[in-house]
Amino acid sequence: MSATIAAAGLPLPTAAGENSHFPPTPEDFWQPLFKMFEIGGQAYYFTRPMALLLIAAIALSVWLLVTTRKAAIVPSKGQWLTEKVYDFARNDIARDMIGSRDFMRFVPFLFALFVFILLNNLFGIIPPFQNPTMARVAFPIALTLVVYVVYHWIGFKKHGAVGYFKFMLPSGLPGWIKPFILLLEMITFFITRPLTLALRLFGNMFAGHMLLVVFIVGGWVMFESGFLHEGGNPVIGVLAIPAWLMGALLTAFEGLIQFLQAYVFVLLAASYIGGALVDEH
Amino acid sequence: MTGDITLIGYGLATIGPAIAVGLIFAAYINGVARQPEAGNLLRPIAILGFALAEALAIFGLVLFFLAFFTG
Repeated sequence: MSATIAAAGLPLPTAAGENSHFPPTPEDFWQPLFKMFEIGGQAYYFTRPMALLLIAAIALSVWLLVTTRKAAIVPSKGQWLTEKVYDFARNDIARDMIGSRDFMRFVPFLFALFVFILLNNLFGIIPPFQNPTMARVAFPIALTLVVYVVYHWIGFKKHGAVGYFKFMLPSGLPGWIKPFILLLEMITFFITRPLTLALRLFGNMFAGHMLLVVFIVGGWVMFESGFLHEGGNPVIGVLAIPAWLMGALLTAFEGLIQFLQAYVFVLLAASYIGGALVDEH
Repeated sequence: MTGDITLIGYGLATIGPAIAVGLIFAAYINGVARQPEAGNLLRPIAILGFALAEALAIFGLVLFFLAFFTG
């Protein structure tokens, strides 16, 4: 029942206690819209984040096609915005992290990654979507897998299979310490980097959205128990107003975090790509 | 009063990354104040350091939920 209410975009509880979304739990982020198919008794649902993912892909395609189709030397307002965003991804992220020699072939990848994550994150505070896609851990993991394959693939291609492992070792180490350092470096390359990349995006979106839910739905629960129930304490009801103000403040803060996390994800992806491309020590 | 001790554990665990993030941005501001033209050079470095320090807090969050919901 609570899942259907949340899926309809109405996360407010109808009565305190029963159906209450306060305090919020990770289950509140599981919002199936309709059942797609069933395999072996396991039902697979089309969820709200999946719908947001599709909307983001369509919106970005339309935006980029419309603003660049009639590209002119003196840009229109729409083209100017597109150019600014592209310029940011190209110069401030790709060129700074990969180096001016071979950054150009990664710019489409990094630009697509950046605008896609940014829009999906911003869905967290844009009504009526108000659900960051990346708050379900599977989505950042999928994006991280793409980055993971790319930076390992170009590393193998540049250094060769054995050379890639040699390249992980810093030069000038005494012989006896090399196996340990190689082990540490391999853990960094194959486990820590993708793990942190996916979990950082997930954790920030998840925790940030949870915070908003705590203040806004918590304010509603206080308001309700103060005014809409018999024998409620009006002081608690009035206290809902600061909670909502805090919610509004945190929404603005969350916008900043969402931009920053999209930037950090792409910055780290670019730095891993750049790291795999540097010449032998 | 009921609750879970893991919540306090996570609260304590955020202190370290919080100090780290503060130090990183303090150093960044210091650097830009001394040499404003170095701002563009320092920003990605600061953001990278910030992201790495913050990852520890995020690990704590994930581990907190693991401990909280599995037992």
